[in-house]
Amino acid sequence: MKIVTRKKVIVISIFLSLLLCLVILFSITLGSVKVKPLRSIAIFFQSILGLKGVGTETERAIILSLRVPRALLAGLVGAGLSVSGAIFQALLRNPLADPYILGVSSGAAVGAIISILMGLSTFSIGLPLASFIGALLTIAIVFKFGRQDGKIHPNTLLLAGVIIGSFLSALIMFFISISQKEELHTIIFWLMGDFSFSNYEAIRMILPYIFFGFFFLYLRARHLNLILSGEEGALQMGVDVERLKLISYLFASLITAASVSVCGLIGFVGLIVPHSVRLIFGPDHRLLLPSAALIGASFLIASDTFARTLLAPIELPVGVITAAFGGPFFIYLLRTRKVVKTL
Amino acid sequence: MIEVHSISFRYHRDWVLQDVSFQVGKGEFIGVIGPNGSGKTTLLKILTRLLSPQQGEVLFELIPLKKMSRTDIAKRIAVVSQEAYALFPFSVIEIVLMGRSPYLGHLMFENERDLEIAKRAMEWTDLLSLSERSIDELSGGERKRVFIARALAQEPEVILLDEPTANLDIHHQIEFLDLILSLNRERGLTIIMATHDMNIASEFCDRLILFREGKIYKTGVPREVITKETIETVYGCDVWVDQNPISGMPRISLLRKETHEIETMGRDRISTK
Repeated sequence: MKIVTRKKVIVISIFLSLLLCLVILFSITLGSVKVKPLRSIAIFFQSILGLKGVGTETERAIILSLRVPRALLAGLVGAGLSVSGAIFQALLRNPLADPYILGVSSGAAVGAIISILMGLSTFSIGLPLASFIGALLTIAIVFKFGRQDGKIHPNTLLLAGVIIGSFLSALIMFFISISQKEELHTIIFWLMGDFSFSNYEAIRMILPYIFFGFFFLYLRARHLNLILSGEEGALQMGVDVERLKLISYLFASLITAASVSVCGLIGFVGLIVPHSVRLIFGPDHRLLLPSAALIGASFLIASDTFARTLLAPIELPVGVITAAFGGPFFIYLLRTRKVVKTL
Repeated sequence: MIEVHSISFRYHRDWVLQDVSFQVGKGEFIGVIGPNGSGKTTLLKILTRLLSPQQGEVLFELIPLKKMSRTDIAKRIAVVSQEAYALFPFSVIEIVLMGRSPYLGHLMFENERDLEIAKRAMEWTDLLSLSERSIDELSGGERKRVFIARALAQEPEVILLDEPTANLDIHHQIEFLDLILSLNRERGLTIIMATHDMNIASEFCDRLILFREGKIYKTGVPREVITKETIETVYGCDVWVDQNPISGMPRISLLRKETHEIETMGRDRISTK
């Protein structure tokens, strides 16, 4: 029967988690430096168990300090963007919404660019921190102007977000036009999304936002379903709609801010993953949120793996891959929607 | 069952409802009629406490509505609003199960009993064969039925309907109202329906409340409320009221300006005879 039960959520989550593990293992076996697949996996498991032995010093460094953190970070960001995209689509009652629609990304970009221009980006934590602060300021400003009489009206919020986003885009273009050549390269790569600076520091920095953000949003998954068929109806059923919208806005924005601060603006994931998951598993948030998180994580890890291996040693921006593969796949899902839905 | 004691309500400066009092007995089928902006929708919102009146109070079985929690209200009064949609394609059973929300509290998932109640609601509304279909594949009439089923899943004593027949063709109007009537007669549900269609109100409702500019202009059985004089005064347009030849209930015919002249001439002729 087409209803979401606890059992169904658990079974599907376990299945998707296994898939995610496979994708992670696959990702750490590939790279511009050849390390044999089985050896890569052996190194990975050894380090988890705290053992040493297999692999040279270089091989271990490549696997453990480059590929593993990169895969984990891509997974976190993929999960974060997918979940916040799903939430924004529900909150704004707009299927075209994505995590960047309310200007959080532009705020993050302004922060990041300022830090690059000031030379802060050489400190590992400088750029993410500046970009996170830029995003937080934007969240606060959009929230201030996006409400009327203390209430969130989806359309007002959307307008405020889009307008503030456009203003920030103007700032971004201004900064780009005054920046030097070397800075320009860093800026452009950041704007297109880039995992090449991944490290455990960044993972530690964003993990709490994404983990707790997901947790608090998931507690309200059932109520999110109710507002999809009208706020008044949800209110009549006993849902505290204003609180729900406030929490959705804040946590989805925080997740977005944390995600973009470590890797720049990776497009498309937050739009396409929630929709694809809806087409496969239905729109119920109790199943949608965990599935979107797990599928989003797998999708972004896989995309990033392609981005760094396709033309190795040249690295493509991961945004190119997410759009190039995600777009056609999404169209395919849309076309075969009826078939998918009967599953 | 529901007692409305001289309530007044305003959004801003002007009163939208003024000194409105009436009572609804258990098992009644009440029609709320009146021109646009006369306060019908506001009244329905007050009855579910989406809005609170500035003056007066509403009692539900002698308990003031403002002392009841939202979920308590939702367990007793269900609403079917004008809009029957869901942004993303939920299945029929998923929508109906949402009606169990007031009973779930902080629980995330419905249990077997909730599912049984949802299925019974779908049986009453003849939706079982559509249960797996997605809401966006259904016709307007079927979709309305889904939201009635969702209201039934709340196991309420009262169902409020806001313009339930708007956008439905006559076949679906009658089908829908027959369903509502059977729920009223066979399941003992109290129905309060706001509508613009006075012929429907006249045929189906036990009692009508006619609003004019935020006040109750007249209340009573359809025969008392739907008269030529009343309707012409309240709506400010010319109508002809006679009886439905089959049911004997009052029936309104709309008149064009010219027909109105013919009608007055006709009446003059009758009066001169």
